[in-house]
Amino acid sequence: MHELLQQVFSGLAAGSIYASVALALVMIYRSTDLVNFAQGEMAMFSTYIAWTLVNAGLPFWVAFVATLVISFIGGMVIERVVIRPVENAPVLAAVVVTIGLLLIFNSLAGWIYTYTVQDFPSPFPDRPLLGALITTRDLGVIGVTLAMLVLLFVFFRFTSTGLAMRAAAQNPVSARLCGIRVGRMLAIGWGLAAAIGATAGIMVAPVLFLDPNMMGGVLLYAFASALLGGITSPVGAVVGGLIVGVTENLVGTYLIASQLKLTVALALIILVLVFRPNGLFGTGIVRRV
Amino acid sequence: MEKRIAIAAPDRIAVARYGGLTVDAWRWIGTLALIAVAAALPFTLSKYHVFELTMVMIYAIAVLGLNILTGYNGQISLGHGGFFAAGAYTAAILMHRYGVPYWATIPPAGLICFVLGVLFGLPALRFEGPYLALVTVAMALATPQLLKYFDTWTGGQQGINLAKPVPAFGLDRDHWLYLLILVVLLVAIRVAANILHGRTGRALVAIRDHPIAAAAMGIDTARYKTLAFGTSTMFTGIAGALSAIVIGYVSPESYSLFLSISFLVGSAVGGIATIGGAIVGGFFIQFVPNLANDISDAAPWAIYGLAMLLFMYLMPHGVVGSLGPWFARLAQQIRPPGAAVGKSADEYKRWEA
Repeated sequence: MHELLQQVFSGLAAGSIYASVALALVMIYRSTDLVNFAQGEMAMFSTYIAWTLVNAGLPFWVAFVATLVISFIGGMVIERVVIRPVENAPVLAAVVVTIGLLLIFNSLAGWIYTYTVQDFPSPFPDRPLLGALITTRDLGVIGVTLAMLVLLFVFFRFTSTGLAMRAAAQNPVSARLCGIRVGRMLAIGWGLAAAIGATAGIMVAPVLFLDPNMMGGVLLYAFASALLGGITSPVGAVVGGLIVGVTENLVGTYLIASQLKLTVALALIILVLVFRPNGLFGTGIVRRV
Repeated sequence: MEKRIAIAAPDRIAVARYGGLTVDAWRWIGTLALIAVAAALPFTLSKYHVFELTMVMIYAIAVLGLNILTGYNGQISLGHGGFFAAGAYTAAILMHRYGVPYWATIPPAGLICFVLGVLFGLPALRFEGPYLALVTVAMALATPQLLKYFDTWTGGQQGINLAKPVPAFGLDRDHWLYLLILVVLLVAIRVAANILHGRTGRALVAIRDHPIAAAAMGIDTARYKTLAFGTSTMFTGIAGALSAIVIGYVSPESYSLFLSISFLVGSAVGGIATIGGAIVGGFFIQFVPNLANDISDAAPWAIYGLAMLLFMYLMPHGVVGSLGPWFARLAQQIRPPGAAVGKSADEYKRWEA
């Protein structure tokens, strides 16, 4: 029983990472109708920026905030410069562009920082808590994710920019007629997604160690989380992430060897889509004929 | 009505002549000339270039399969590397374990991939747009893992080394393989054209453009979509088997997500809803990584990614998809003035008559 609970808690910590990346995917999907295949690599690149800042002698949390700001601006620039030209192009062109971004970030990181695996400092000490049920590090990761969620909720619910962003995502034409700068809102959406991804990258790097391919597996599990929650629902992404994290840990511990980790994610995705194509919280797409 | 068409018909045949030959005849002459050049090419090139062109044709067959699915039927797959691997491993296991001659492994590889594709296509009926892309990405990521896991069959991490195929007709091995694959490519193009330029092709396009309207017109969307999946993966599986024969080696790491990405990129760069685009795609997959490597040793994939972005900005419909209409307009302009009656004018005449 004790072991089971331990696995559940460490699953929740992994799950909150998946939840963050899934949340970033949902942000972009809702605003630009795009699945951003480069999300994981963008997060990885942000983590390298944080690593550089920490190594330059900045205190961890200062580096953390600075990285979020840089990532936010970077995300906005990417939307304006790279994504804008394919906004009205065929879906496949947009997919190819985000995959191109994935390759560019991966290759640039390898070029600048080499493919050597790096240690990444954790802001939380690794001490057992509650009779070894959970470590302080896992608790810290879960705490940061929850704090980020609350901030996002407050932003979308109580600020006028948040309201404008929701309007722009829901009905761009009407939003534009109301005087909302829809293009700018989309850019802010990308910026926020980049910052959320950066948080996830920084939180996961002490566990996975930092290298340019760090986020590959995480991105797949984030896809699974976003689909489980419903790709249009931010709450769904978080719940989906936590469920996927716990399931992954339990399946890996009790059922199937870890060499098939990615295959488990694949099976999970297919099961979700076959039995609940819109996910747990997603709304079905209704089309006018 | 029938009488009117009969009046217009001989007229139409009379106008569509250039230098005494009909457009169709010119098209045949052009095609045969191209095939003759393609067949003669290996005898003028070095061994390595012949190998490169052989790989171009193999990739073209795989991309052609993807075009049927993604271009004509609108189902985005980022997992065709998995089916390519399935074809390659089918061929390798048949040759290595059962001593089947290399040429006889191609049909079973196609068949197995057809069945796999239909099986995968069934749940895929429920996934639309980005969902299917995500599922297939997951499949592509899981492929190397699965290949390593079933190591009694696949040889695990080490992969399988294959005996070199024995050439026929006293030809050099590289030349023989090149010609063999050229024939497979031509057959594949012909089969794809027959499927896509007829009733089935129109059904696939209708499903892509408006699934509900297509269903309302009596098209069995589920049947066509699964069949499109099966046919597409059959092409790709055959390409995989050919690659195993030509390279003589299969290993899990050759079939990573990157291979699937390459297919989709090749397809998008060539023009997804075209047949000729597959060949352009084959060239892109084979040569652009090398070019990128020449430009920047340090970050070749960044250059490759930039090339992808540039192609999508400049030609969002792919090379053939964007240049095709341009050539058609050009052809319209260089017509001799006396014969300048287009198809639409023909139809107009029918109405007048």
